[in-house]
Amino acid sequence: MSKTNPKPTRVVGKPYRKVDAAAKVMGLTKFADDLVRPRMLYCKILRSPVPHALIKKIETSQAEKLAGVVAVLTGQLLPIAYGILPVSEDEHALCIDKVRFVGDPVAAVAALDEDTAFEAMNAIEVEYEPLPSFSSIPESLSGPKSKGPAGNGDESESWRIHTYGESGNIHKVVALEFGDVEAGFREADRVREDVFFYEGSTHLPMEQHAALAEVDGDGKLCLWSSTQTPHYVHRALAKVLEMPGSRIRVIATPNGGGFGGKSDPFQHEMIVAKLALMTGRPVKVTLTREEVFYAHRGRHPVLMWVKTGVKKDGAITAMHFRTFLDGGAYGSYGVASTYYTGALQTVTYPIANYKFEGVRVFTNKPPCGPKRGHGTPQPRFALEVQLDKIAAELGIDPVTIRRDHLIQPNSLTANYLRVGSTGLAACIDKVVEASGFKKKFGKLPYGQGVGLACGSYLSGAGLPIYWNNMPHTGVQLRLDRQGGVCVMCGSIDIGQGSDSILAYIVAEVLGIDPFDIRVLTADTDLTPVDLGSYSSRVTLMSGNAALQAAERARDLLVQAFTEKYGVPVSRVAFADGRVFDVEKPEAGISFAQAVQLAETKFGTIGTVGSYTPPVSHGKYKGAGVGPSPAYSYTAAVAEVQVDPQTGIVRVDRIWIAHDVGKSINPALVMGQVEGSVYMGLGEALMEEMSYRGNRNTVHKFPSLLEYKSPTTLEMCDVKTFLIEDPDPQGPFGAKEVGQGPLLPVPPVIANAVYDAVGVRIDEIPITPDKVLAALRSKGEEHSPQEAGVTLGTREPHRYGPHTIPSFDWPDPVRVRTPWEGGDGKELLREAVHAKE
Amino acid sequence: MAKKLKRKTQKVHIAFTLNGEPCEVAFAPHKTLLEVLREDLNLTGTKHGCELGECGTCAVLVDRKPVLSCLVLGLTVEGREVTTVEGMQLADGSLHPLQTAFADLGAAQCGYCTPGFLLTAKELLEKNSKPTRDDIKEALSGNLCRCTGYIKIYEAVELAAARMRGEAAEVPEEVVLGLK
Repeated sequence: MSKTNPKPTRVVGKPYRKVDAAAKVMGLTKFADDLVRPRMLYCKILRSPVPHALIKKIETSQAEKLAGVVAVLTGQLLPIAYGILPVSEDEHALCIDKVRFVGDPVAAVAALDEDTAFEAMNAIEVEYEPLPSFSSIPESLSGPKSKGPAGNGDESESWRIHTYGESGNIHKVVALEFGDVEAGFREADRVREDVFFYEGSTHLPMEQHAALAEVDGDGKLCLWSSTQTPHYVHRALAKVLEMPGSRIRVIATPNGGGFGGKSDPFQHEMIVAKLALMTGRPVKVTLTREEVFYAHRGRHPVLMWVKTGVKKDGAITAMHFRTFLDGGAYGSYGVASTYYTGALQTVTYPIANYKFEGVRVFTNKPPCGPKRGHGTPQPRFALEVQLDKIAAELGIDPVTIRRDHLIQPNSLTANYLRVGSTGLAACIDKVVEASGFKKKFGKLPYGQGVGLACGSYLSGAGLPIYWNNMPHTGVQLRLDRQGGVCVMCGSIDIGQGSDSILAYIVAEVLGIDPFDIRVLTADTDLTPVDLGSYSSRVTLMSGNAALQAAERARDLLVQAFTEKYGVPVSRVAFADGRVFDVEKPEAGISFAQAVQLAETKFGTIGTVGSYTPPVSHGKYKGAGVGPSPAYSYTAAVAEVQVDPQTGIVRVDRIWIAHDVGKSINPALVMGQVEGSVYMGLGEALMEEMSYRGNRNTVHKFPSLLEYKSPTTLEMCDVKTFLIEDPDPQGPFGAKEVGQGPLLPVPPVIANAVYDAVGVRIDEIPITPDKVLAALRSKGEEHSPQEAGVTLGTREPHRYGPHTIPSFDWPDPVRVRTPWEGGDGKELLREAVHAKE
Repeated sequence: MAKKLKRKTQKVHIAFTLNGEPCEVAFAPHKTLLEVLREDLNLTGTKHGCELGECGTCAVLVDRKPVLSCLVLGLTVEGREVTTVEGMQLADGSLHPLQTAFADLGAAQCGYCTPGFLLTAKELLEKNSKPTRDDIKEALSGNLCRCTGYIKIYEAVELAAARMRGEAAEVPEEVVLGLK
């Protein structure tokens, strides 16, 4: 299967311990809240108790009078807006004139101790003038029932959550058409429409966000923070504080879990930085668990409508996909999220003609953003469940309809994503065989069922978040005459093992023990820029940079070695901490001696490596979201039990096969697969961001107890298979694993529930009440074969949305597909109209 | 100002056994054991996930039983025996078999919940040297982990248990390489 014929490796591919594992099991790892500095102050942030209001007055004098209070901060002192995406810089460190959700930060205090800070926070009085609030997609699409803050006909636009965006509370509208979907539907033997809803959920990292800021004697600022994106935090601080970036140092502390939830620059980071500058003292903030729910940036709730045309054999002639995203109160990554809900439908099964329309609205709720899978688990759920329904209609089994129509390796999709290696066929075969799917599907007793689903994900976003042509990551390597090797990279380990990946790759190339390498990461003063731990980019991108830096260092050592010993370059080998002639292995020198030779010849030994993704093929507006150097592939089978009396779904086991290209460390790859299954299971069965009270804008249960996530008692058994189809773009052929394996999990459970009790739950999470409602709609009939799957109409035996809001979609950006002779550019509007 | 601050921070003084050693500490009487450990004794290995007794992250052993240190006052451990993750290593400084197994199998991903899991599992293995998978799930059901899906944690506990029983247990291939 391997396209390359790799040399045997000594480190890569082996289940080594992580380089930071010992520290973690000893409790020695210093997370952000573990840091304490002399004379440190404690910060607390006052947050809005109302969902949408103008701030009329903030009275801080009582707080300032309290003994032990050192500083009180309001938004007037930090007037510059920021945001992760340059197109939506709509956040302030503290709200200045209006608040947009319950939990929006309004004022902050720094005090000698936490209790005093808390007391002072509560002594701040804020006067609000309420505005109409918006809590749902339809509400935000239609605007206010009456104009003006008080509904008094006032023509001001203060009811708009933001005054930028498309119009009203519509943040972003996307419309793209590749090929001609109407023609594709005409070619189809069957056309099916379905509506799905995927509820929002949150990352729930065990570590609450924390940050500590300190100013040194020269006025330079240092911020330690549990962030997945130190480089973007660095940029945001420079902007908001109006300080040169050269005087700001950001150190990302090891993240106690991220999952995308620590990828934005956050208010609390700006706040402690400003307070440190104001007071000249270190200032620390640690969010409470409740505040973490407000910081959010989690999974967007997405309503979806999918119309798909297929030939009799299941080949997709056209797909029209509409998504409606509830974005919450700020932009965050939302514009990218919107595109992502339409981007990766095309990379698993070929879609001859594809149209995507997406709209994101602002609502008065905590902002949504990137959560593991970023914008793709929702459409993947819809696509994989609809494919199951289509298979049933066509009388094809769920394996065949997928297995017979797989994207080809080294091909372009309708939307110009370039697929390299794909091991999806092998993934499907593995899980189908291991689970005995064909013997079980449709044949298990009532209440038990199996399902199949697939998925695919990026190995790093092809484009950076802010426009530039610089590398996405860099690695600097320093070799010293004692034989020490230090690898420096801006990447941050969020638990996935990115520090270890750097060490393994350098150790492989230099023939040394990975535990002899010093890994220094995520410090903007010391390490080259890496864009961050998001989009499953780090192993591929930083790994490639590390590989380049290590090979350059190896070259220097080889030159010095060959010069001294007269051995041809092709015969020099590095292994077991030695450098030697492969034909006389016993006569070599130690690695340290080789460094000494090189240092004698060249001076101090340091090399760099960097990585920039290949130029993407799509040139149309919106082509920036979706391209990646390589795509991972996953297939999963679930076996479930559904209790028809209670509606409770119990997942017994999930067989999952993931095409990771090449495992740099298979144990860590397995950990990512199992963790993804877990997180997908939580979303599929129980996790939801729910709101209540004041127009459904107050978080229902911002606590770990009431926000239900799987414990050991709900977690299913997992059977993991690693498929290795090396991709030439990845270091040693490696692709991503951190996010892709989550994608098939919600649909595979939904499909298995259907096999078990014959009802379709077209809404995530699949909670007992929904299963019961669907079962009751079915009456006493218990045979899955009788479930009515009627083309494009309401199905009686299902639970889920039936309609989507009416929305006036704009003319799409039109692009000819590669097989129509397209060049990846959008067609000119005039040409489009002339054609029509 | 000075008067008010003094009253608020008036400290109590207790003596107890911490990780096998005598320990004395003074702290504000309302502080939880979690806060005393982290803030007054600088033992930051004990983490907090909610400070409401919901997640198990702050679990420590008090008289060898798992206790959520965010729910008990520091005052309550006077004269008692407290074990934190910093006290798990063996007398010769080597890692406890649970720590070794967690490190070798990747049962600690971000590592934030790890101390709580290790201590809870330690108590399990002290009272049940050969726990079934279900025993392990039951014992660890009060500890949340968002990274691992718990699978590597179960496997690490099983491996450590076997080694603690004196069996020459190797790391099973399918646990670190996947199924064939």
